[in-house]
Amino acid sequence: MNSFITLFQAAIAFGTVILFGCVGEILTERAGNLNLGVPGIMYLGGIASLASVFIYEGSTDSPSKILCVIIAMVSAFIASALGGLIYAFLTISLKANQNVCGLTLTIFGGGVANFFGGSLNTLAGRFEAVSVPVTSAAFRTNIPGISNAGTIGKLFFSYGFMVYLAIAIAIIVHIFLHHTRRGLNLRTVGESPQTADAAGINVDRNKYLAICIGAGISGFGGVYYVMDYIKGTWANDGSIEKLGWLAVALVIFTTWKSSHAVWGSYLFGLLYWMYYYIPGLTRRSQELFKMLPYVVTLLVLIVNSLRSGKDKQPPKSLGLAYFREER
Amino acid sequence: MAAITFEHISKRFGSVNANSDVSFSVNKGEILALLGENGSGKTTLMNMLSGIYYPDEGRILVDDKPVSIRGPRDAYALGIGMVHQHFKLVDVFTAAENLVVGLDPDKKLDRKAIAADIKEICDKYQFDVNPDKKVYDMSVSEKQTLEIVKVLYRGANILILDEPTAVLTPQETERLFRVLRNMKQDGKTVIIITHKLHEVLSISDRVAILRKGEYIETVDTADATEEKLTELMVGKKVDLEIERPEVKDKKLRLEIRNINCINSEGVKILKDISFDVYGGEILGIAGISGNGQKELLEAIAGLEQIEEGGSIKYHAPDAKEAVEMKGMTPRHIRELGVHLSFVPEDRLGMGLVGSMGMTENMMLKDYSKGRGVFTSKKAPRELAEKIKEELEVVTPGVTTPVRRLSGGNVQKVLVGREIAASPTVLMTAYAVRGLDINTSYTIYHLLNEQKKKGVAVIYVGEDLDVLLALCDRILVLCGGQANGILDGHTADKQEVGRRMSVIVEEKDGEGHE
Repeated sequence: MNSFITLFQAAIAFGTVILFGCVGEILTERAGNLNLGVPGIMYLGGIASLASVFIYEGSTDSPSKILCVIIAMVSAFIASALGGLIYAFLTISLKANQNVCGLTLTIFGGGVANFFGGSLNTLAGRFEAVSVPVTSAAFRTNIPGISNAGTIGKLFFSYGFMVYLAIAIAIIVHIFLHHTRRGLNLRTVGESPQTADAAGINVDRNKYLAICIGAGISGFGGVYYVMDYIKGTWANDGSIEKLGWLAVALVIFTTWKSSHAVWGSYLFGLLYWMYYYIPGLTRRSQELFKMLPYVVTLLVLIVNSLRSGKDKQPPKSLGLAYFREER
Repeated sequence: MAAITFEHISKRFGSVNANSDVSFSVNKGEILALLGENGSGKTTLMNMLSGIYYPDEGRILVDDKPVSIRGPRDAYALGIGMVHQHFKLVDVFTAAENLVVGLDPDKKLDRKAIAADIKEICDKYQFDVNPDKKVYDMSVSEKQTLEIVKVLYRGANILILDEPTAVLTPQETERLFRVLRNMKQDGKTVIIITHKLHEVLSISDRVAILRKGEYIETVDTADATEEKLTELMVGKKVDLEIERPEVKDKKLRLEIRNINCINSEGVKILKDISFDVYGGEILGIAGISGNGQKELLEAIAGLEQIEEGGSIKYHAPDAKEAVEMKGMTPRHIRELGVHLSFVPEDRLGMGLVGSMGMTENMMLKDYSKGRGVFTSKKAPRELAEKIKEELEVVTPGVTTPVRRLSGGNVQKVLVGREIAASPTVLMTAYAVRGLDINTSYTIYHLLNEQKKKGVAVIYVGEDLDVLLALCDRILVLCGGQANGILDGHTADKQEVGRRMSVIVEEKDGEGHE
């Protein structure tokens, strides 16, 4: 039982990182833009939050927990949205190839983050690594009283606020996309920009907003990873990138529905950590188990293409630049 | 009272005049048919009304007040709505969702209320739309109905329909016309773009005619006849002085019998077509675009699936017996000497690869001739040089991507490559579309050279004057049917124009036995 609880908790923590990345990417892809820069954006979000609170914590003797959280979240959102803006400018205004721009953003984000991450480690001192204890503690604060109350408490109420924020954002994005007129307009842009244009929808503005806000949401994944998952430190080990790609895979797994992303992300977490709880695995067979999320995504792709349900396909204009028709 | 007035409207695309100095008006509460051949500027003119294009010169008046229509939103605000030929619908949305796309973004997405609105409109004009049905489950006619409801839902008083009957069955057309009459009774103004004469006569109050971008005349439908409208639409015969060498040594090459084809949307696009093709002559194919020309050529080339029954017999120059071509692979048909030099809407779309140079494009159709896994570039390079020389292709070199060449030069490369393979049957479609006069004459000359060599040339064209001047015989297609074969020397322009839009029952002229 105990090992199940720890597996479940590990799955939720892991899932939360990719849930943010995935929901942001769903918003972006619904506008018809395939942003493969998710890993880079998560890097940007992570490093921006870490750097800003590191400076804040260093500048005062008694840092305020609330302010720490606000600074981390706002700076991460801005940095990630700026990453999205670069991508948006290249793909919408300059009509550059989306795949190439996205991949470039991933490399760029990783480079910038690891450069500054390394610098922060140097700043922190020769033998110490960077750490932001106050902020990290604030991020990891759980609801006192019920978080340890029995199995239910441990399973569902033992996490920092960002776990619940991720679920809330996923649901809000779902309601926005499927139950509001603005969401309908945005989906029209992703399905058929010609139709959107003829209906008087500003295609470029919708795309820009969706990409920048989507990038901001994806960036929160980096914040959660840095502040909660690795407890306010920095690691130049490329794990954020790995998680970023899983977030992209999750978008396909959910068939572009953020409501599915909630359970999908935890399922990915469960599959990823399963090796840890299966007795008798060698190092090599562990790696095989870590592949499970990708295998499941492949299976979903195969099943969906066999079913040929039109509702489960990617947005029709995904990856295509929009040119207003001219003769 | 005029609902809409066009005053000296002109619109150019590059060097092409789509509309020049068009002035006429549409009365309130009438059904006006806008009639004209392909490329006469009907759709361009209407697109300026619906906000897709903006006129270069002139002005538009709505209810006698000058207006500036900068986008679809402006058009809707003026009560103008257009149903485009290519539907602007989102496949994965329901009818109700499609209806409200782009409207009042801050209002609640209340699917029930929208469904109620749909029902109201449907009851008023006797439509049938299921608000919860997804567009991908709809038939073409249902989609069109939804488009019309969408326009009405946005409060349009002036409805523009671009070729609405092109995709409909006769029964569906009848139903559409009933709806249009209901709308007229309700005081709406309807403009219907078409080139089908019998539909013009049955639905419209007045007919405005455009020819080559110019406004010709508006006539009352009550006073109009098919003959009169055709004459206004195609105009007088123009002498183009294209050479037409005498047919010598005419030999049967293709015997096409009872060909039927169904396209991907399940529409029967070729209906029971039979004709013969002879070496040493140019057979013209006339028809309004989308009446089966493309499919017919593709069926012969083996690119289009032919339905059960029917046959295509090929008589090789020195063979004793004819070969059945139906069911052969496109490559096999090519090896027999039947070549398709197809020039579709987008010249680079089919036949050439834009990013490759002339040499590599030469190789596309016989890439397999190399040694082992390696391609041999020597022969294609020589061929490319030869075509460049002989056809005077203007290009920096044979390795320059063909995408960078002008339209005429691309055409020369395409036709040159097919001719170089010394075909026995050469099919070309829209070979001079978008070309200037001189280049067009070069292409005509090339085709005539082939004819003199005894090649059977099939020429699908748009300009009736060219067809009448260049071709020895002209097959007219109408709604996927062969509507008679006329002698190019004696055929009358009006007659060709009429056969393009109305099925003629009796088979006269030469034609097949």
